[in-house]
Parts: sequence; C-alpha cells; structure tokens
Amino acid sequence: MSTTTLPPTEKTQPVSAPKGKISDRSRAERKLGWLLAGPAFLVMLSVTAYPILQAVYDSLFSYRLTDPANRSFTGLTNYWVILTDQLWWTAIGVTVFITVVTVAVELVLGFGLALVMTKALSSIRPVIRAAILIPYAVITVVSAFAWQFAFDINTGFVNSWFAWLPGVGADTDWFGDTWTSLLVICLAEIWKTTPFISLLLLAGLAQVPEVLQEAAKVDGASWWQRMWKVTIPNMKAAIMVAVLFRTLDAFRVFDTIFVMTAGANNTESVSFLAYRQTIARLEIGLGSAVSVLLFLAVVLIAVVFIKGFKVDLAGTRGDS
Amino acid sequence: MHDAVDSSRMPPDRRRPRRPRARRALAAGAATAVLTSVLAACGGGGDGGPPDLTWYINPDSGGQAEIASRCTDAAGGRYAITVAQLPRESSEQRQQLIRRLAANDTSIDIMSLDPPYIPEFAQAGFLADVPDEVEQRVTQDAVESAIEGSTWNDELVAVPFWANTQLLWYRKSVAEQAGLDMTQPVTWEQIVQAAQDTGTTLGAQGIRAEALTVWVNALIESAGGSIIEEATEDPADTVLGLESEPAERAAEVIALVADSGVTGPAFSTAGEDANVVGFESEDAGFMVNWPFVWGRALSAVEGGTLDRSVPDDYGWAVYPRVVEDQPAAPPYGGINLAVGASSLHPDLAYEAIECITTTENQAYYMTTNGNPASDTAVYDDPEVLEVFPMAPVILESLELAASRPQTAYYSEVSGSIQRTYHPPSSVTPGATGPEAAELIRAVLAGEQLL
Repeated sequence: MSTTTLPPTEKTQPVSAPKGKISDRSRAERKLGWLLAGPAFLVMLSVTAYPILQAVYDSLFSYRLTDPANRSFTGLTNYWVILTDQLWWTAIGVTVFITVVTVAVELVLGFGLALVMTKALSSIRPVIRAAILIPYAVITVVSAFAWQFAFDINTGFVNSWFAWLPGVGADTDWFGDTWTSLLVICLAEIWKTTPFISLLLLAGLAQVPEVLQEAAKVDGASWWQRMWKVTIPNMKAAIMVAVLFRTLDAFRVFDTIFVMTAGANNTESVSFLAYRQTIARLEIGLGSAVSVLLFLAVVLIAVVFIKGFKVDLAGTRGDS
Repeated sequence: MHDAVDSSRMPPDRRRPRRPRARRALAAGAATAVLTSVLAACGGGGDGGPPDLTWYINPDSGGQAEIASRCTDAAGGRYAITVAQLPRESSEQRQQLIRRLAANDTSIDIMSLDPPYIPEFAQAGFLADVPDEVEQRVTQDAVESAIEGSTWNDELVAVPFWANTQLLWYRKSVAEQAGLDMTQPVTWEQIVQAAQDTGTTLGAQGIRAEALTVWVNALIESAGGSIIEEATEDPADTVLGLESEPAERAAEVIALVADSGVTGPAFSTAGEDANVVGFESEDAGFMVNWPFVWGRALSAVEGGTLDRSVPDDYGWAVYPRVVEDQPAAPPYGGINLAVGASSLHPDLAYEAIECITTTENQAYYMTTNGNPASDTAVYDDPEVLEVFPMAPVILESLELAASRPQTAYYSEVSGSIQRTYHPPSSVTPGATGPEAAELIRAVLAGEQLL
C-alpha cells in the first residue's frame, strides 16, 4: 500500500503580495496590513532586534561591567577565545545530547498522548487533556526542584523505591556523575515539555481527513498500516513544526541545569556558559559573544529545518 | 507559538471599513494619557516623614529585620530603615547588587555583603567612603579578621557586622572511642584515622560551590600559603600561590579525605546543609562547619525532631591542622555592612550602621540567629555564653581565621578553583594546584572561558 495524502489544493494568491500592477484595493489592504501589524512589529524590533544588535556590538569589546572605563575594542578576539576553548565544545556536546534525547523521546511520548486525547471518550476528554497538560503549566524552576528533591540522596524517594533496579541503591548519588546527572535533567525536561509536543501533534491529528482513514479501512488496511501510511504522512507538517519548536526550545536549556547541578560534572549547556560569563563573571563582551553564537546556532537549526526538511510553518494552520 | 496551532483563518476578501481619523486621534490621545500617568506614578517619590533607608539583607531568621526596627525606633524620626531581602546564595546576592549598583540604583543605602566580594565592589567605586570618625568607632573592638575582610587597598570600605568561622565539630563519644585528646589541636590525618577506626563519617564541603573554595583556601592558609600571594593592578599579573608547597600539602589533605571512605556516598555534592544533616545521624563522627550547626540542633530538639542526647554529644574545637606544629587558619566568613555610592543619604546610612552594629545588637543577633559577633565584647556577655557555650572557641578561631583571596576578581578565582578542585576525588597533589593556577591566569587574561 502506498502513502496516501490529499492532493495539493490550489493555493489562493496572497493578497498582500500581488504580482504585476497593484490595484487601489490591494494598496489599501497593504496599508491596512502595515497599520495593523506595525505596532506589534515595532514592539518586536525594540524588544528583540535591539538587544540582539546590542549583543553583537558588545561582543566585539573587552568589557567588564565593574570596569567600564577600560572597555576596549578587540574585534573578533572574544569569538576566537570561545571557539578555541574546550569548555565551549563540551557545552555544545551536552546541549546537543540533551536536545536530541529529549526531543526524540518527547516526540514518541507526545504522539502517544495525542492519540489518547483524540481517541478518548468525549465525556472524559476534557479531563484527560487537562491532566496531560498540567506538567506544562508548572514553572520550569519548580519542576527542576521537584525532580532534584526526588533524586537527592538525602531527601529523595527514588533510591528507596527503585532499589530493585541494577545500579540503584541507597548510596546512588545521581548528581555526582555526568551521565546520571544528564539522565535526571533529561527526565525532568521530558516530563515538563511532552505536553507541548502532544498539543501540537493533537492539532495535526485533527487535520487528517476521516475520509482517507475510512477508505484505507475499506481497502483492508490494518491499524498499523493506517498509522504509517495515512495518519503520519498527512500530519508531517505538524510533526515537523512540533519538532522544530521543541528543538529550538531544548537547545536553550538552562533552568533545570542551573537548579540541579549548577554546571558541575560537565553538565554545562551553552546557555549556562553565557550566563556564567555575563552574569557571574560580569564579562559583558565575552558573554555577549557566547550569546551571539548561541543565537546563530538556533538560527541555523531553524534554517536547516525550514529549508532542509521543507517545514511549512503555515501547514498546521491548514493553509497548504 | 500559538499561531502554529491556530486553525482559524480569515477569508482573504474580508475587510473592515477604515476607522475615521477622529477615532484614531482619540485612541492615540488616550494611550498618551495612560502612558503619562504611568510614568508620573513611577517617578513620584514619597514626601513627608523621615528619609527611608533601604537595607539589602541576606536571608536570616528575622534578626536583621528586628535590628532595623529597633534602630528605626532609636533614631527618633531622623530615619526609618526598611529591609529588602536578597537571594539565598551569596554569589546570587552579589549578582543582584552589582547589577543594581552598576545602574546607579539610589535605593541601595545599606548592604549586607559577604566579605570576599567587598574588594570587587570597592574597586568598582560602588561603595561610599567610610567617614574617619565612623572608622575609628566601628573598628575599636572588632576582631582582626573582620577588619581585614572589610579592608581594600589599606582602606576600610565596609563596617564589620558579624564574623563567621568554621569549627571542628565532633561527637564526644566517637572521639573518646578513638582515643583522641580533643583538648589538644588535631590534624586532618588524625580525624580521618579516627573516623576510619570507629566506622563513622567525616563531613566536609566537596560540592562545586563557594563552600569548596572556602575549604581549599583554609587548607592552603593552614599550610602557610595563600591562593593569591600578591594582587596587582593588572589582573593578568596576579601572583598565585597554587604551585607552592603549601598548596601541594593542601591537595594531599583533600585527596586523603576524598579517598578515605568516611565522607559518605555524596561527597561531591555535599555542602554545609547536607553535612549538618549527616552530622545529626547515628554514624556521625566529625565535621568542619559554621556555628549555625548548634542553633539548628537546639531548634530541632525544641521542635521534637531531634533527641536531646544528640546535641549533648556535640563537641567543638578549633579547625583541624594541616601541618602538625603550625596553628590552623580556619575559614573566615560573615557579613559586613557597606553604603551604596549612589545612596541619597550616606550620612544617615552610616549613622544607621553604627546603630545596627552596637554590642547590644550584635549580642542579640548572635543569641537569636546564631551568627557570631565581630565585636569581641559580645563574647564576655553571660547570656551569649549560656546560649553558645562554644563562644570562646569561636573567638579563638576568629583570631586565627584567614580571609579568602582578596581581589577584585574574586569570582573568577573562586570559579576556577571550583572547576579544578571538583570533584575532590580527582584532586592530585602537585598537579591540581598548577592546573588551577594556569586556569586562573588564562581566565584573568581573558584567554579562556569559565
């Protein structure tokens, strides 16, 4: 059985980008568009573009907050210092590891939860949806503390509850080693953000036309075949958008690490490195350079997803 | 993000008629009016009443707030002190204060500062000068380590408030069983051996945090060295003592403790709080920690969560020696008070500080909040001696205590120490010290990240 998707529908020409001669009507619409979006655009410029540009500018200086008089232009030296430092590459490795593991697990779990939410009886559906979304409503710092207390050797219950697992005992110090620390960090992240992915996937599931499912059923397709050949191909856009958003989010992981290990045992992420240079060391120049590199990494991820995997951000709106 | 899941969309041909110009003008006018009133509210100041002094305090058991209220009453309307609480960790207190001071925050009148950060604040010009007559009065009876901790470039830049020091806490029954004579100074080797012989634990701070720097510094100072031998104008020229013999001796002690098998399973994540929990348990033997240990045990007994026999078994002595025939240099901590350079009322702030640091208030703070006074006169107070039977040992320890490295770049130095000396089980005598020195030099020269 081949993959079944709906034929592409004829796209409506966007009115804001007409080709050729611009009519009075579309000119007026364009003006209205700018008037409506303009204030928000200005706010966005002032709260995002301005700090980003300021960070790019600051990253070219040797500049310490407590010693502004000795600020000096050093060009790309800060970038050279960062990119030749082993600490940066370790942080990149840790960040990529957390991102890949959490996003992969969340995608599978989130998909399962989305299916549960769709298939649940309509009478209990609101309750199930609310229950699944609760972790997402918890503040990350609070969730990190809760998980830290659970795994802590003194206050935690995990060591006594899971003593039957090999390698776990009363003396297991989860935050005393890189891999066990990363495991707890990933678990906390997964628990916290799986609802977000499942919410996006739920929207995608709702878009799969029932008529295709029924046609496949008539053709004798099993549940598994319908899932792989009908459901998933039809919600590819939703999946890719969910993965993109979560990847961008996961790459900036900070709170959980800050609370649980404070970067000990090589668990520093790139965001944490930026925090340490800018806020703890007060080296605004060096910290800005780390932030700019983090920003570029996030832009790169977005570009790879959008261009490389051809993610259609309008897809989940049903525009395509 | 919500756009992505929004399934609604507007038909492209649906448009609303344009708003009349008058309405737009009205909207703009209303927005301006709201903005103006908001800005006016922000800019408004209180008038009438005495000047309000804000005292940024580290979290405690309510002692500083009580002293603030006492001094407000005593001022007879010349000023009123309001307290504003800072974060729990001293490094976070520093971060918050420094950001505000760098922005010339005029609301910072008085600050409770952790001593190692004082040079950084003073060097940056964030602290108001201490008037000469105030200096004379506040240093008269203060312990030497507290005066040293308030000094930068040979000038007093803060006022000693309370002075902390770590003691060697031990279980009397365990020391007796091990045959240790605790009336005489003991060495790290002796207490490790005693803990091993009796099957008990030894608590020290192996966590990657400021507590680790405190420990490393105390060991190096006790061996007769210093992390920073000479602070220079250019941070890159700082002379470090981490490649010296005392630093190697300190590393030997750290390795000995970490590999002794008596520190418990979570040594690399153990801070002062975790240590004290361990010290209250049955298999406790020895621990180096601050005097809050005592107040905590008494409160737990009062609250019914700890048996009276536990603190009855507590013994205390001066910090263990690193070199047998050389007195130990215990850690020095505490809080000193400083006035913000942008404060609108520096004179009143110093007047308030003199009130806060009176012998009476320091005695009150020590007996109720467990924080030892910097004023030596407090240690003669019978009430203090009743609550703190170890007060004479605290005073003795304070007189021996050594500050952490005094430098305007303390954060970098401490961060580098933490990175290289953690986990303590990885410390190698002769290698870790030079590695830390190299990292500090590279970080101060701006050649490496931290």
